[in-house]
Amino acid sequence: MVRPAHRRPGQSRKAQYSLFVAYVIAVTGAVAGLLLAVLSVVDPVGFAQLRIASQELAAPVARVTRSVTGSISGIDDNVSAYVKAGTQNRRLRQELADTRRKLVATSSLQEENRQLKALLRLQQIDKAALAHGYLLTSTSTSSKRIALLSIGRKVGVAAGQPVRGADGLIGRVLSAGPSVSQVLLLTDVENIVPVRRARDGLPALSSGRGNGYLDVRTLNIANNPFKPGDILVTSGTGGLYPPNIPVAIVVRRQDDGALARPLADPAKVDAVSVLRPYTPDNIEAAPAPAAVPAP
Amino acid sequence: MSRTGPRLGEPASLWRMRIVPIATVMVASALPLMLPLVASSPVLPPFGLLFFLCWQLLRTEMWPVWIGLPLGLWNDLFSGAPIGTAIGLWTIASITIHYLSQRIYWRGFFHDWAIAAILIAAVQALSALIVHPHADSGRILGLVLPQIVISMLLVPLFLRLTGKFDNFRLKRR
Repeated sequence: MVRPAHRRPGQSRKAQYSLFVAYVIAVTGAVAGLLLAVLSVVDPVGFAQLRIASQELAAPVARVTRSVTGSISGIDDNVSAYVKAGTQNRRLRQELADTRRKLVATSSLQEENRQLKALLRLQQIDKAALAHGYLLTSTSTSSKRIALLSIGRKVGVAAGQPVRGADGLIGRVLSAGPSVSQVLLLTDVENIVPVRRARDGLPALSSGRGNGYLDVRTLNIANNPFKPGDILVTSGTGGLYPPNIPVAIVVRRQDDGALARPLADPAKVDAVSVLRPYTPDNIEAAPAPAAVPAP
Repeated sequence: MSRTGPRLGEPASLWRMRIVPIATVMVASALPLMLPLVASSPVLPPFGLLFFLCWQLLRTEMWPVWIGLPLGLWNDLFSGAPIGTAIGLWTIASITIHYLSQRIYWRGFFHDWAIAAILIAAVQALSALIVHPHADSGRILGLVLPQIVISMLLVPLFLRLTGKFDNFRLKRR
């Protein structure tokens, strides 16, 4: 162990001043930084350009590492498939996922049938995806759940657009750069999604817990109607997420609602589609209803 | 270093002496966003912060106290936290290390570990609270607790790694 050098700069006035100035700069900068952080919580897309630049820097590396580890995990899958129990487990899980998907599709179809034909037509137009991409990487060291999407402004991605995978909702676009964009995942603490129970249309609000699970609260707090296994889909209320996208499955009841697991796992999803936000002007702007004959 | 070897050789290149520590912190900060990992909770330890603290514990004199301003800004760009969080918290951590290195004159390995552990816990907890000001603070702290524990246990490894980089930094030509 080395004895530390003397902090006192000696008799030299210049050295004394420079040490003092260094401390002044540090303290001022720290205070300014914390103020900036508190301000940018209020305005979450502040300094968007700086952030986008850094993501454009990280994205090419993430693309390469993703392609490399993707192939490695593929080898891993093949090896594990030789173990008998492993294959069975995988097959059963696949079947479970398929049946769940079908169940969700059926229940939302039932709900759709109860709705008006005009509304149904609007939904069909609105469900058309804007673009397809894949999730590159995420902020895995901070408590904010933001993922990087491999497409950006060049293909029409813009802030506020919902993102979904084959299994269900992933999140929404927070900001878009030229070739990558930020997606606020469903499980982020700040991400609140209006949902309804697929079975009977009971409205509720889902918010992330930050650890991969969701909190679901009903709007009427008289009783707690949730049961494990209830499937939640987006309701379309609030005008951002289009209705009938599968969101989550209830795991267990809680005091003030339920704990739910998202149906789409962002870590496993292959491709995601970016949808148009479900806003009135967006629906009106689409001239397609006249051209497409009603079913 | 110079006690055992002869003083005849040239000193290490000035550029390498300055670039290596800054480059390790910058690469470590940017690394998590370059891995193909879509995490559903904060699973990776803050590599940038670990290197930042370890360099300062190893070589307190090497950087001025305001080095947390540029390095914190770089970390904020990649971490997903609002810009300014690491600028402020890292600089405060840096001032704390400078202060403690005056108070605890002969710092040992366990001193270093304890200082790094406390600073990691404080920085990560405060930054999580800044990121989610409206959420229940107990739940937010529970969210980052596993990450803090893992990072604390990783401190000795990172001290070693920093030592290796320091040897490379000061290696003579």
